[in-house]
Amino acid sequence: MRSLRIAVFVLGQAGVVLAALALEPPSDPLKSPAWGTIYGRYFKDQKVVFDDRIKVIAPANAENPLDVPVQVSAEGLDGVEEIVVVADLNPIQKIISYEPLHASPDLAFRFKVEQSTPIRAAARTRDGVWHIGGVWLSAAGGGCTTPSYGSGDPVWQTRLNEVSGRLWPNAETKTQRLRLRLIHPMDTGLANGIPAFYIDRILLSDAKGEALARVHSYEPISENPVFSFDLKGSGPVRVTGGDIQGNKFSAEIKP
Amino acid sequence: MKRRRLPTALLAVLALPAFAAQAYDYQLKPQAVADGVQVFVGKTENFSRENGGNIANTGFIIGRDGVIVIDTGPSKAYGEQQRTAIARLSKLPISQIYLTHAHPDHVLGSQAYAGVPIAALPGTTQGLTRDGDSLLSNLYRLVGDAMRDTELRLPTMEAKSGEVTVAGRRLRLIPGLGHTDADLMVFDETTKTLFTGDLVFFQRTLTTPNADIPRWLKTLDAIDAIDFKIMVPGHGPVLRDHAGIAQTRDYLQWLRDSLQGAARRGLDMPEVLQLTIPERFQRLAVLSTEYERSVSHLYPAYELETLPTVPKSRP
Ligand SMILES: [Zn+2]
Repeated sequence: MRSLRIAVFVLGQAGVVLAALALEPPSDPLKSPAWGTIYGRYFKDQKVVFDDRIKVIAPANAENPLDVPVQVSAEGLDGVEEIVVVADLNPIQKIISYEPLHASPDLAFRFKVEQSTPIRAAARTRDGVWHIGGVWLSAAGGGCTTPSYGSGDPVWQTRLNEVSGRLWPNAETKTQRLRLRLIHPMDTGLANGIPAFYIDRILLSDAKGEALARVHSYEPISENPVFSFDLKGSGPVRVTGGDIQGNKFSAEIKP
Repeated sequence: MKRRRLPTALLAVLALPAFAAQAYDYQLKPQAVADGVQVFVGKTENFSRENGGNIANTGFIIGRDGVIVIDTGPSKAYGEQQRTAIARLSKLPISQIYLTHAHPDHVLGSQAYAGVPIAALPGTTQGLTRDGDSLLSNLYRLVGDAMRDTELRLPTMEAKSGEVTVAGRRLRLIPGLGHTDADLMVFDETTKTLFTGDLVFFQRTLTTPNADIPRWLKTLDAIDAIDFKIMVPGHGPVLRDHAGIAQTRDYLQWLRDSLQGAARRGLDMPEVLQLTIPERFQRLAVLSTEYERSVSHLYPAYELETLPTVPKSRP
């Protein structure tokens, strides 16, 4: 439960006493050792609730720790403006932030996991409240007969920012699924001598140029990333974006 | 990304002998399946500390003047206990080892057989040379203490396709592929016993970290045509019919069709993980974990087939 704490700070020689209202983090259903840090870093002084309507679907075990599939859905929630996904115990915790402007509040992507960790999605609704759900992901190995590698595939050197994708219309929900794959090494900067190099933004827009959804991606997203989005409406989708070194891409996916 | 390896330091720590610890006891009891042919049937489980990595079948054939060993298990201790169990049944020397393929549950006991020639297909030797360190450290991580002092021993000779007489016993070496890119089968002509390696699984869900389903299915057709009477699958109970081939084929075909169909419907991997697995596979051991792993191994290629490259336009 939420509790209020009155923190008292004594500032300098003037002896000014300030009483500040600080929100304490609600206790974490996943019992993560890093929840306090995550809260302080991303949600401090904001309203946070754990909410079963936020679904995070991931395998129990990370068979390929460099390419762990995750699906996030805040389908039961109205007015979702942003979804942030973090892995508490990853060296870089924030994986992605998603603004489903004209899209369902769900997405799927793959990321690199360093060790067993909670993976949680926080959906911010119009009223500013963060609704958080999540699961533990085990990276301890589920009976691997072989370990997993990064591909070390140099394909990106000639095909950087190449876009592949397709649209699947859903007449029932009046949405269309966009699946997208980009060629990019998505280097984290944590490996010896290899600087961070990753796609940090993707904008999806319709034929009239109206923004449908916005993605801010971070270092933990997998090499040659694959995403799924459920966009409202139908028709061609323009994909634009770029990486932290200023390389840009733009492509049109036709139905 | 760069190849990910466990640091050697970790290996060293894991390999430290524990105080007063006994070697893990695999309680290996050979099962006679034909005249002079014995099998150590592994557990139909995943790797664990409890089972010491003993999840695959190994076996041996007692020839006229020596013993032929097929696969050496997951660890040094397994290999040593396998050798001890063989010595209880035969005073003959160990003449030859065959390794069926480059997976750690089948090959890491070879240390117990110093000086014995180890034959494998060239692809197996290449695979072990390339991935051996990682396979080993991965197994230390999953199995722990039972792996103590285990080191990789590479094959010392090539297993050539065709008939060969070893220790006075007529064998046929049959190369296949699909479970990995080099899967050796050993056929004992005297008893018509076929050791299939992991080309056939029975009553245990198959593993796919290096699988190529179309090639695997083709190899299964070839196995169907072999005049065997007894089949020792890589995992699961010994067979006297083609049921293991049929079951392996059925699961592979379902996996292929199911993953391909899901990709064509635009599903993402977490959605594929939640698909219903048909009732007929529910009795297979470790179904849900192996299915989950197979999705991870195989789905990316299927989904890529459905995502055409889009010509670039001006940003
Ligand atoms: Zn195998």
